Amino acid sequence: MNAAKAAKTESEDLHPSSKTMLDRVFSEHLVAQGPGAPPMLYVDLHLLHEVTSPQAFAGLRARGLRVRRPDRTVATMDHSIPTNRASFPTSTAGPVTLANLTLDDAARAQLRQLEDNCREFGVELHALGGEHQGIVHVIGPELGLTQPGMTIVCGDSHTSTHGAFGALAFGIGTSEVENVLATQCLLATKPRAMEIRVDGFLGRGVTAKDLVLAIIAEIGVGGGTGHVLEFTGDAVRSLDMEARMTVCNMSIEAGARAGMIAPDDVTFQYLARRERAPKGAAWDEALHRWRALPSDPEARFDRRVQIDASRIEPMITYGTHPGMGIGVTGVVPDASMLSSAEQAAHARALEYMGLRPGERLLGKKIDVVFIGSCTNSRIADLRAAARVLDGRRVAAGVRTLIVPGSMAVKRQAEAEGLDRIFEDAGAEWRNPGCSMCIAMNGDQLRPGEWSVSTSNRNFEGRQGKGGRTFLASPLTAAAAAVTGCITDVRGLL
Amino acid sequence: MATFTKLTSRYVVLDRNDVDTDQIIPARFLKVTTKEGLERHLFADWRWDEAGLPREGFPLDAEEARGAAILVAGDNFGCGSSREHAPWALLSFGFRAIVARSFADIFCANALKNGLVPVVVDAEMHAAILASRASEPRASLTVDLAAEEVTLEGATAQRFSVDPFARHCLLSGLDELGYLLSHEKEIAAHEAARRT
Repeated sequence: MNAAKAAKTESEDLHPSSKTMLDRVFSEHLVAQGPGAPPMLYVDLHLLHEVTSPQAFAGLRARGLRVRRPDRTVATMDHSIPTNRASFPTSTAGPVTLANLTLDDAARAQLRQLEDNCREFGVELHALGGEHQGIVHVIGPELGLTQPGMTIVCGDSHTSTHGAFGALAFGIGTSEVENVLATQCLLATKPRAMEIRVDGFLGRGVTAKDLVLAIIAEIGVGGGTGHVLEFTGDAVRSLDMEARMTVCNMSIEAGARAGMIAPDDVTFQYLARRERAPKGAAWDEALHRWRALPSDPEARFDRRVQIDASRIEPMITYGTHPGMGIGVTGVVPDASMLSSAEQAAHARALEYMGLRPGERLLGKKIDVVFIGSCTNSRIADLRAAARVLDGRRVAAGVRTLIVPGSMAVKRQAEAEGLDRIFEDAGAEWRNPGCSMCIAMNGDQLRPGEWSVSTSNRNFEGRQGKGGRTFLASPLTAAAAAVTGCITDVRGLL
Repeated sequence: MATFTKLTSRYVVLDRNDVDTDQIIPARFLKVTTKEGLERHLFADWRWDEAGLPREGFPLDAEEARGAAILVAGDNFGCGSSREHAPWALLSFGFRAIVARSFADIFCANALKNGLVPVVVDAEMHAAILASRASEPRASLTVDLAAEEVTLEGATAQRFSVDPFARHCLLSGLDELGYLLSHEKEIAAHEAARRT
């Protein structure tokens, strides 16, 4: 008690009622606080996919429980589905079903289980072939399901994406999926709050992806552990919603529970057109609530980090976790500044990646380009890629996969002719899904191949056993597709 | 319901930082609908060579690792995805506790819910555990959840702490979902107050 009091900051003493956005959303959802137990938090929106839900539904069935709020539960198929169009039936073969897809038995069984579970428990499912099917963190926002001030969970660590709207959104394991299905609640110790203030503005050719890779490089892959990151500052304010989602998406790669960005007119404008957003008087009432969410100016954060956006250049990772990132014109760091444990990890990462300390990455030959994932598969990402690929050709020998995040993104891209730009350039235009980000569905690197990927993880084997991943923005990925090597996209814009 | 009180066991050392869930169980093994049978895939890409044989030098298949129920790793163990398949795979292999300098949040929560106890030790204790293993391959550790103490055989104990409620559940066999369900009245009241 005394220690807690002593830890109070001066600003808190001066402004005892000052609250962070996290404080507000958390307290608003507090259902109960039993003695000796963590706070019990209400969940407004529960998103499901095929990989992390089957055992949770099995648990419900074993206990004879129902889904408490099917109306707050939405499922999609994204992780283990094919994205190559050859796996889908031709348009004359009737609607897409699990029976007429080319699919391995394990994936088919898992997807069928999701269909059966959703049918049995009355949960809305965006199945393959449906007009809203897509990556769970793409469809939530685009349908308007994701709203400011909500609590949102999903058995998926990139649930942090939805924090871009000022929601408290975080990934959970399957046991918690079961808890939330049954009770619409979970036990959640309140995380600490960390402000990441990004001053200044991003330069030409520098995107939200570069910003978040720079942030993770700065605070480290464990730097956000136990915290919710709130991104503030001019550079964040100036981002559109899709770019904000990219930033919040990768909060987990810094170890954070969630990322949040205060809602503003950019948020409200994005939501106003959405199918599932409130309408009429409910919209006005919601807007009133949403405008009250941002952190107070004097709010106390447990930690603050300040970043200068104007110093960030297009980023690329060189190692085997997302914190190993550098400016694209930089050189692979040498380990002399690191602790001995970190030196060993650094050496192992470079050995896996086939790189040497001091090596420049510009000009490094690559085999595959992957543009997609819940980080970078939205329409603005595809437009960025198209801007580089338009009128150019993918370099000989480079396989380029472009995977839209959802059916809606796919339709929009095709309406704008982006698919033609991609295919004319020699890239593969695919159906929506997680695809080569997680490489569960056969879209994968071969051992030893190097890829430039717009996804979120460069862990060993993440994109296929033995595959080597350079994480980058859609602009940088498209530039690599054109030149066949790691490239500073600013020379192509 | 998983339970845990006290465990004394030999330990396997995986002296690496930032061991991510894609290493603990690669995603291609997640096309399953049950929790069982994942032990074959534990650390699959580090453990098995192209021919499916144990890679020399990987600690899981070392002679002294046989029967060990404690895994010792470095910082930020379990970073990456939320897949509960990671603790399921560790448990079905036979691990009941992971000793590390730190853990990723979601992994830590998932582990506790399944009775796999995450034990945080400081750098000094960590170094002592590694040193002891180097000189005595059959050295053992004791993880006492009731006392929240971890002891290296022949050395002093060190305190660790886990989430108090999770600890209570493991010691007493209390079921977390049962606890949540017992708050039906409060849940309904919350929903009514917010018209949700």
